[in-house]
Amino acid sequence: MRINLNGQPRFVEEGATLQDVLPSARGVAAALNGSVVPAASWESTPLSEDDAVELVTAHQGG
Amino acid sequence: MQVAGIELPGRLWIGTGGLTSTRLVGEIVEAARPGLVTVSVRRTSDTGSGGLLDTLRGLGVRILPNTAGCLSAREAVLTAQLAREALETDWVKLEVVGDETSLMPDAVELLDAAETLVRQGFTVLPYTSADPVLARRLVDVGCAAVMPLGSPIGTGRGLDDPRAIEAVRAAVAVPVVLDAGIGTASDAALALELGCDAVLAATAITRADRPAQMAAALRAAVEAGELARRAGRIPRLTTARASSPMAGRVGT
Repeated sequence: MRINLNGQPRFVEEGATLQDVLPSARGVAAALNGSVVPAASWESTPLSEDDAVELVTAHQGG
Repeated sequence: MQVAGIELPGRLWIGTGGLTSTRLVGEIVEAARPGLVTVSVRRTSDTGSGGLLDTLRGLGVRILPNTAGCLSAREAVLTAQLAREALETDWVKLEVVGDETSLMPDAVELLDAAETLVRQGFTVLPYTSADPVLARRLVDVGCAAVMPLGSPIGTGRGLDDPRAIEAVRAAVAVPVVLDAGIGTASDAALALELGCDAVLAATAITRADRPAQMAAALRAAVEAGELARRAGRIPRLTTARASSPMAGRVGT
């Protein structure tokens, strides 16, 4: 199925979870469809067609 | 100085905006000995390590994530929530600008986002216009400090309206941190002389010809401004006032 990761289309297996597209939790955070999902819940968060996933980290700026 | 009961090691705060290399961070931090360092939150495809984050953590400085680039309360709240998760801090420098040209704060969205984030347990430090009424409203909803702009982001013009900064200082009891517009050392000294508790400088340092040297200059300026404010400056007079005694002059 197709999801959207940081604004780009990405194809993942049926039954995939957030963990499958976000391998490491160090210094990063993820949101699914506009809501933050704590790293501890990535593995138990299934993905659905057209889900929008954001993955962010600290960057120079401001 | 303290913010929300936390002692910060310096009155010069530095931003990482305009950094061209992570390697420069160490030199700048060493010269600035900053109270904290701000970072933005951006999309990443690299899930291995955050280069900047690792560097800052290695330097042992307090990291303050910001919501730079956000144009609405909704975006800013989500960005702050992501920052809390990624950086393990509930402090946030809240920026909500009205458009990408002026980069001026959007007062309505800012106040809305501040209220929401305070309710969610964040320690909120809002980037605001130099407006005493808005500053008071931000403190009323629970902001831990206010960060009025000296002049628009990236202009390096210093304090366009020093009286407005004084008015913000007089309006609130929380720390006032002069943000945006710092160009050089005298701007930072003036901010502290006017009663600001700290100064945040980013591109004044990162885009200077010699960033570490400018960081050292700003640190000294912040210290000088604070000393001068405590020392109590003489009043400005419209006419001259002799400093030497009249008595005992030669030939009288």
